[in-house]
Amino acid sequence: MLNSAKDQPTLISLEDVQKWYGAFHALKSISLSVRKGEKIVLCGPSGSGKSTLIRCINALETIEDGKIVVEGQVLDGSAKSVDAIRREVGMVFQSFNLFPHMTVLQNCTLAPMRVRGTSRTDAERLARKFLERVRILDQAEKYPAQLSGGQQQRVAIARALCMEPKVMLFDEPTSALDPEMVKEVLDTMIGLARDGMTMICVTHEMGFARQVADRVIFMASGEIVEEAEPEVFFKSPKHERTKTFLGEILAHH
Amino acid sequence: MGPIGENEFFFLMQGLKWTVLLAIVGFIGGGIFGILIALLRTSKTKVARTITAGYIGVFQGTPLLMQLFVVYYGVALLGIEVNAWIAVAIAFTLHASAFLGEIWRGSIEAVPKGQTEAANALGLHYVSRMKDVILPQALKISMPATIGFLVQLIKGTSLAAIVGFIELTRAGQIISNQTYRPLLVFGIVGAIYFIICWPLSHAGSGLEKRMAKAAR
Repeated sequence: MLNSAKDQPTLISLEDVQKWYGAFHALKSISLSVRKGEKIVLCGPSGSGKSTLIRCINALETIEDGKIVVEGQVLDGSAKSVDAIRREVGMVFQSFNLFPHMTVLQNCTLAPMRVRGTSRTDAERLARKFLERVRILDQAEKYPAQLSGGQQQRVAIARALCMEPKVMLFDEPTSALDPEMVKEVLDTMIGLARDGMTMICVTHEMGFARQVADRVIFMASGEIVEEAEPEVFFKSPKHERTKTFLGEILAHH
Repeated sequence: MGPIGENEFFFLMQGLKWTVLLAIVGFIGGGIFGILIALLRTSKTKVARTITAGYIGVFQGTPLLMQLFVVYYGVALLGIEVNAWIAVAIAFTLHASAFLGEIWRGSIEAVPKGQTEAANALGLHYVSRMKDVILPQALKISMPATIGFLVQLIKGTSLAAIVGFIELTRAGQIISNQTYRPLLVFGIVGAIYFIICWPLSHAGSGLEKRMAKAAR
């Protein structure tokens, strides 16, 4: 563990969250609370609901029942609460989702200018600061298609950081990358973790989980099956499904 | 048979001027309303989607000639005196907005869903999400189809002759009647249409090829 988040106030809390896709029960009574500065790794087999879970936190998905609170703001489905929460929560997607018709710099300045009303000069200063932090400032004038996958994902991280969020959600940020590019993105995320960012990462990168996670949460069939500190989680998983999953995933690493 | 001299050619050029003007008016009017139609067609509100679907259905499902008739004589029946220009401009705008609206609806939907999600996650609101993120990409996707429609529209302006407009085709008909040289006159008229439309079609398919390459 990099720092202790134990005494920090709760930043995100989910209580008894239920999510259905038609007849499919995607999230079953999920309760979770994340303290400021905590780094959480969510793992589990595909279709277990881990991506759905983090997508509910910034209202990309709606929930059928339960309660989500971010920084004291209850997500009640109103436009106001959605706005307030999205201002505090940044997200990085598996497929980067950079805006292809804008340069790297424009990708980073758009939201601060449009959402926060930051002037272009200030937005560009901010963007350059975060592009430098993800070590890609030299590509600022290029278009996403001119960059490698790893570079694009680092730009996506910088773009989210430009809104100066309190929490960062990562939805399988390295799954679409060629193996040689995984490390540069993980290094960026580790750097972010070291700087104290609160992070919830859906990932199968167990090395990353070991290195930075305060807690590893294992999900299966829409439920939280097990959660523990990484050492405990990897050394002595309690549930059979966790053991099977770890067996499968560690065999490939 | 009469000769085709400077005067006749000038008359055709006058007709060409109206053809081009009609196409421009139809394209600009249709473009402005077409964007509106496309946005309503892709909105979250079901009523807006249904109404615009009906609008598109009506204008795509009936002949342009009939639409011109209805607007020209229909408006007159309401007791409003309109000159041919206004009537035709309205008819072409309605017609073009339905077709462009449908083309752009498809392009908006062709922009990957991740783009909307990323914009939402960044907290961008509808206007910025559309104006800054979705529409620029959608318009690019739509370029070949949009240009294709513009070509159709240019040729379609010949139907304006029905309400008394002397555009290129009608001008050709008049000259032909005066000179008794239909083959030559309509050969020239056809060549003029071709000179305008072919480069557009060519540019459209060029764009399509380039985009297909870029998408690989």
